[in-house]
Amino acid sequence: MSADVKHAQKDVSQNRQKEMIAKHFTRLSKARENGEKVGYTFVPGNLTELLGVFDILPVYPEINALQSAMRQKSAGYIREAERLGHNEDVCTYVKCDIGMMTQGNIGPTGEKLPPPDLLLLSYTGCFTFMKWFELLRQEYGCEIAMLHVPYVPGQMPTSEMRQYVKGQLKDEVIPKMEKVSGKKFDPDALLARLKLSARAENDLVWVLESAKKRPSPIDAYFGSVYYVGPIFTGFRGTEDAVSYYKELRAEVEDRMSRGEGPVTPDGTLAKEKYRLVVEGPPNWTNFRDFWRIFYDEGAVFVASTYTKVGGLYDTGFRHDQEKDPLLALADYCIGCYTNLSLPQRVDLLEKYVREYEADGVVFNSIKSCNSFSAGQLVMLRELEKRTGIPGAFIESDLVDPRYYSQANIKNRIESYLQMLSARKAGGHVAQPASLKLPVVAGGH
Amino acid sequence: MMTAEEIVAHCERLYADTALGTVHDWKSRHPGRPAFGHLPVYAPREVVHAAGGLPVALAGAGEHVDIVKGDACFQSYICHIPRSTVELGLTGDLDVLDGMLFPSTCDVIRNLSGIWQLLFPKKPVRFIDLPQNFAKRLGGDFYQHDLKELIDLVVANGGKQPTDEDLARSIRLYNDNRNAISALYDLRTEQPQLVASDECFLVVKAGAVLDVAEHTQLVHDFIAQAKTRKKKKEDRIRVVMIGAFCEQPPIGLLRSLDRSGCYVVDDDLNLGMRWLEKDVEPGKNPLEAFADAYLTQSTWASTKYEADDLRAPKLLALVKRRKADGVVFAAPSFCDPALLDQPVLQKILSVSGVPHIAFKYAENTGQFQGIREQAGTFSDSIKLWGAA
Repeated sequence: MSADVKHAQKDVSQNRQKEMIAKHFTRLSKARENGEKVGYTFVPGNLTELLGVFDILPVYPEINALQSAMRQKSAGYIREAERLGHNEDVCTYVKCDIGMMTQGNIGPTGEKLPPPDLLLLSYTGCFTFMKWFELLRQEYGCEIAMLHVPYVPGQMPTSEMRQYVKGQLKDEVIPKMEKVSGKKFDPDALLARLKLSARAENDLVWVLESAKKRPSPIDAYFGSVYYVGPIFTGFRGTEDAVSYYKELRAEVEDRMSRGEGPVTPDGTLAKEKYRLVVEGPPNWTNFRDFWRIFYDEGAVFVASTYTKVGGLYDTGFRHDQEKDPLLALADYCIGCYTNLSLPQRVDLLEKYVREYEADGVVFNSIKSCNSFSAGQLVMLRELEKRTGIPGAFIESDLVDPRYYSQANIKNRIESYLQMLSARKAGGHVAQPASLKLPVVAGGH
Repeated sequence: MMTAEEIVAHCERLYADTALGTVHDWKSRHPGRPAFGHLPVYAPREVVHAAGGLPVALAGAGEHVDIVKGDACFQSYICHIPRSTVELGLTGDLDVLDGMLFPSTCDVIRNLSGIWQLLFPKKPVRFIDLPQNFAKRLGGDFYQHDLKELIDLVVANGGKQPTDEDLARSIRLYNDNRNAISALYDLRTEQPQLVASDECFLVVKAGAVLDVAEHTQLVHDFIAQAKTRKKKKEDRIRVVMIGAFCEQPPIGLLRSLDRSGCYVVDDDLNLGMRWLEKDVEPGKNPLEAFADAYLTQSTWASTKYEADDLRAPKLLALVKRRKADGVVFAAPSFCDPALLDQPVLQKILSVSGVPHIAFKYAENTGQFQGIREQAGTFSDSIKLWGAA
């Protein structure tokens, strides 16, 4: 069935978050006439609460890119960027954004996005972010604030890392925000926002962990990209986000009480046959077709790493844990998923496999994203070794349709699920935690 | 003294020796002392040296090794250097190294540090998070702490706790080394017919595995011998080659450029060995001075955040200083730092009337005909019409 033939079914929360985001884009489109300042920034390591304290409206170029892809506009934008000399080898988020900018900077809702007053470069977990904003700086010539977030090569961030990030926030990022906004920094206002963040985070974690139930009431990958939308973007630290996640939790509780599975574009999943964990972002150009490959077979994603790129809350972090709000932001930035070492990422995947009682693991390797993809084959083998569960490895791209092949992915996933089915019939399960191989040493 | 040709042949043998025989020799001469490998682009070699270690600059396996195991670790759209590095690791060629250092070059090199942790859990691995903040009390303090931890790692693996005098001595030895390399590059600018592209590359590359003082002497010897050559300047264009700062091109590619009518008068090959643009004055606190030098004296590079965005003006200044006719962008396939920078640099060159061409390579590229034709056409067009 083609994605265009039948209108996708959505749960209430999906429509609510769509409304929230649409409202935000409308506000952005009127920012200039309303005298509001605009900051472009990235999802991983975003400082939304801090921007909020200065009344700077956030724009997330990678969200614009994925929205463009879902609306089938990314191919044209990428072509335009390549025509301008951007290489076919590099990140398609970047090229999609550059292409969108050169063709009028029309945002996902069809409204024109304002140019930035500030480029807030949160250099967290992705080298390309730095190059991306260096390119945008050429175009906009506005203030740029760089926040270098150290990578975590060992098991825990060091106090020097935390102080380094805090120091940059205090001495460089905040003064830039003060300059752009004309407002003085108010730490109490930041603390108040962080408390609101934590309330929303509590409910988000509850929702994500609801997938431990059988059947899972949510799809923790395709469905959850909608769930994390508000908290990954401009709404963290707002009453809007708190009420959204409260409603979302009630919606999922309701579904759980009825023993229902997740809502897919073709309706509620009738029977959960496979529980899967997934590593890597989804493809956005063929999002619904990609999802259908799985739900047609009764496969549900019960945990994903992609939904942790904007914050890793299910391992305990909350924005209100630290008395010092700048240290809280530092901890948040340092702890985002792609800022973790590969052994830590394998540890997390292993934990998901065990705690969510997964039958299998799928790696969606993204051509555009070295931060995620480089090393995934080694991660997969390590995970297979530790859990005894075979993994599937597929390749696609974020927003470039040239690198998405429905037939190839469908063939591979169907074969994989057949293999899992045979294993389940044979009584294979993940090895218990006691048989876990020792965590590798190294790093700090 | 060896002739220039003999020195180059010696350097080529070192370059081709992926089993690191020179490092084995060094370790047998210095029992118990550690050798630490590091990936491109820049690593603080002085600190490893001061702590009694041998820093070994790895840059893949070039064209010398068939990749079998390494390809199984990476998707087709990842550059070549991590494949060959893993191949060398899995086949035992890197066993002589007591640890591995991975500087914050890009996401691939960063993740390679994690791959190393997973594949070689018994080998010490350290990620060198070079600061992208260049304020002394922020990036400087952070980097100094990183350097101290690096010293601890070397000490824990057979090195010794360096005194300030040790650090100052190592800093000065590396100052000498960079000055020698700089003299070689200056000779090439002044009399490019005396130093072929591959020769310059190989002579500098030898420093990847040699003790620093030995390498400095080798560079001086080569310069002295090259100056005795009786070669006439040919009718070639002068080009600056950039983009090859991490995965190094095959020697054949450099030779092809020369044969296509180009004198390469500057490049960013082996960039890590020329990273600091001025001498470091050790002063009373050598570690602090060394960390400060990174903040204030680093060369411009695609891997480094440029707060003031001086890359394009610096490239133009280099073109002018080297009296270059054009720029060759030679980047490894899938190299994000080089390829993401290219459009900006190309734009400014076009605006400034500096001709340029671009091509991609992999360290094991075997066919150069296309590149030779492209560079030959570029050369002809400049010679005939003064612009490409």
